[in-house]
Amino acid sequence: MIYLDNAATTKTCDEAIKAMTPYMNEKYGNPSSAYEFGNMGKEIMDEGRKKLSRIINCSPEEIYYTSGGTESDNFAIKQIPKTFKGRGRHIITTGIEHHAILHSCQAMEREGFRVTYLGVDRNGRIRLNELINAISNETVLISVMHANNEIGTIEPIAKIGEIARKSGVLFHTDAVQSFCHIPIDVKHMNIDILSASSHKFHGPKGVGFMYVRDGIKIHPFMDGGSQEKGLRAGTGNVPGVAGMVAAATKAHENMRRNVKYVTGLRDYFINRVMREIGGIRLNGHPVYRLPNNINISIKGVDGAVLMVMLDLKGICVSTGSACTQNNTNPSHVLLAAGLSEAEAGNSIRITLSEDNTKEEIDYTINVLKEEIKKLREKA
Amino acid sequence: MDNKKVVVGMSGGVDSSVAAYLLQQQGYDVIGVTMEIWQRKDSCLPETEGGCCGLSAVEDAGRVAVKLGIPYYVMNFKDVFKKHVIDDFINEYMAGRTPNPCIVCNRKVKWEAMLKRSLDIGADYIATGHYSRIERLQNGRYAVKRSVTDKKDQTYALYSLTQEQLKHTIMPVGEYTKEEIRGIAEKIGLNVASKPDSMEICFVPDKDYAGFIEKSIDRPVPEGDFVDTSGNVIGRHKGIIHYTVGQRKGLNLAMGYPVFVTAIESGTNRVVIGKDGDVYTDRLTAARLNHMSEERFCEDKIYMGKIRYNHKGTKCKVRYINDDTIECIFLEPVRAVTPGQSLVLYDGDYIAGGGVIFFQTT
Repeated sequence: MIYLDNAATTKTCDEAIKAMTPYMNEKYGNPSSAYEFGNMGKEIMDEGRKKLSRIINCSPEEIYYTSGGTESDNFAIKQIPKTFKGRGRHIITTGIEHHAILHSCQAMEREGFRVTYLGVDRNGRIRLNELINAISNETVLISVMHANNEIGTIEPIAKIGEIARKSGVLFHTDAVQSFCHIPIDVKHMNIDILSASSHKFHGPKGVGFMYVRDGIKIHPFMDGGSQEKGLRAGTGNVPGVAGMVAAATKAHENMRRNVKYVTGLRDYFINRVMREIGGIRLNGHPVYRLPNNINISIKGVDGAVLMVMLDLKGICVSTGSACTQNNTNPSHVLLAAGLSEAEAGNSIRITLSEDNTKEEIDYTINVLKEEIKKLREKA
Repeated sequence: MDNKKVVVGMSGGVDSSVAAYLLQQQGYDVIGVTMEIWQRKDSCLPETEGGCCGLSAVEDAGRVAVKLGIPYYVMNFKDVFKKHVIDDFINEYMAGRTPNPCIVCNRKVKWEAMLKRSLDIGADYIATGHYSRIERLQNGRYAVKRSVTDKKDQTYALYSLTQEQLKHTIMPVGEYTKEEIRGIAEKIGLNVASKPDSMEICFVPDKDYAGFIEKSIDRPVPEGDFVDTSGNVIGRHKGIIHYTVGQRKGLNLAMGYPVFVTAIESGTNRVVIGKDGDVYTDRLTAARLNHMSEERFCEDKIYMGKIRYNHKGTKCKVRYINDDTIECIFLEPVRAVTPGQSLVLYDGDYIAGGGVIFFQTT
């Protein structure tokens, strides 16, 4: 099997598995317990906060563990505006966010908040003047994803952060696809709240974290015990955190090398298919793009059909976000970027990791060429 | 050499699940597909014939596929379903006819869109869990044949399949009775055997067709007059989409004797009411023909004609009016010939062909 769907999830790395195991079979104590056996878990959770904080340049106290990207996004969209609703009831986001953001925003609209969904240009980037114009005295939160999960476009986060800070509006970014893939500095980028998910960088599933800048008061998201400073009750996911931190540490240490290697594979792939297969359009930004993301529309080819044909040959790709796989409507991201429904239906997403080899890419390109030829002949 | 590939339309129900299993046993490379055809999460039935629809269907079919160890995909056919099936359903009712959307879905969605996509992904055939069989006859033509079991016969809605479509279709379940299929499901440990059967229209599970249509077109359908067979006004009706030929219930007319709908006139917005005897006729006209076991119907032959899904069938002869229209003459009167439904002609166990009932002739 050739796995080319690393935006959906990644293989858990050996370092993560090794780091997790002792917290299941030996040091299984509850980190909130008072005795020494529990402290072992507490130690790795605290150590983890330190390590994660260094990666994004914040302090350890600003890291809150969650169950992953969706929970962090829900927390940001649903809790922050409620805390500040005395100031106003307006949220700004974009039309290309993950559904964890979009559906949370819809929930807020049902509660009487107003939400502005910014459009994007043909490459999937927001327009800063549109953002500036949308900000009003009522605005309490701006949420723009760092990098898009379908087309890989990287948004101008530092500039958005600057605009938000100057306007006195809190800024959240969904960094699920970017954390540990490209550099993030929350101070330099003026990010107030950030969501991240472990299984997108070779950590285990079901764990993630949220950064909330010190001084921002928010209501608890989970009521119960006093874990995560009372904001997010629930027994600490010690093995999950141990695995996530090990994976993050590895990914961060190797980031420069991984970016170079994966970008090389990506551009090799894109150049070859553009040259050797006609009628290909690259979706997303040609430059401001995640190193591992390829999203192409193939003229005259149904993306869903091609996905099946590749799967039958042992190659895993997707036609969009895995979270919308059971909802086979055209991608809201591609439509927002101005593609027609037909063009959106002609698309497939290929997302790489440093585990992929050039041989795998060559094999995939050859299969693609063959299958696309077959489909176009039948059409 | 590679095995032949077959795409099985899987609903998550027992019939299509066992169909997939049987084909696997026969040595095919089986690929499971669930068709997504209808949007609303709350309005899908557990099992509709031939494998489609619904989020629970997706979950159940996916589980069966894992159990059988076959690749499985959900495919989106919502646009083509809306365009061909739902819009046609609405237009037909608005024109005073009573459509059979399963027939349209079979021809346009399952055997046109899904077959094309299946051939695209490299399959040789598609298969369904219908209780019917397909045979190649001595004259070289393909025909749908009744299932071994009369009780579950599902051939009626398949009459409009073309020769090319039949050539690429397998229906393994038709060789078995429903009981045998449930037995096989139990034997191989498929946890689907207890699902209820359904004969409702999948996109209107509450059976409120009129409500569905008014919601879809976003306006009420105008009331009008009930008239008797001589044209005298005898009451007001709620809008023609509420009625079908032969209907007795829900008319709210106190005539002192049982009355029935005998015709629906969309042009004048009238619903014609008569006594039971008035809903019997011995002839009808059918158009948009599809020929199956024969290239052309034989005017001397006596066929068994079915005028709706649950009609047992009545002996009849046919006469061509033109190449695409026939008159069908029944040897004894049939009840409630309904424009929009289909006439399906059987020659023994085989479907000879059929067409859409245009109007009843008296």
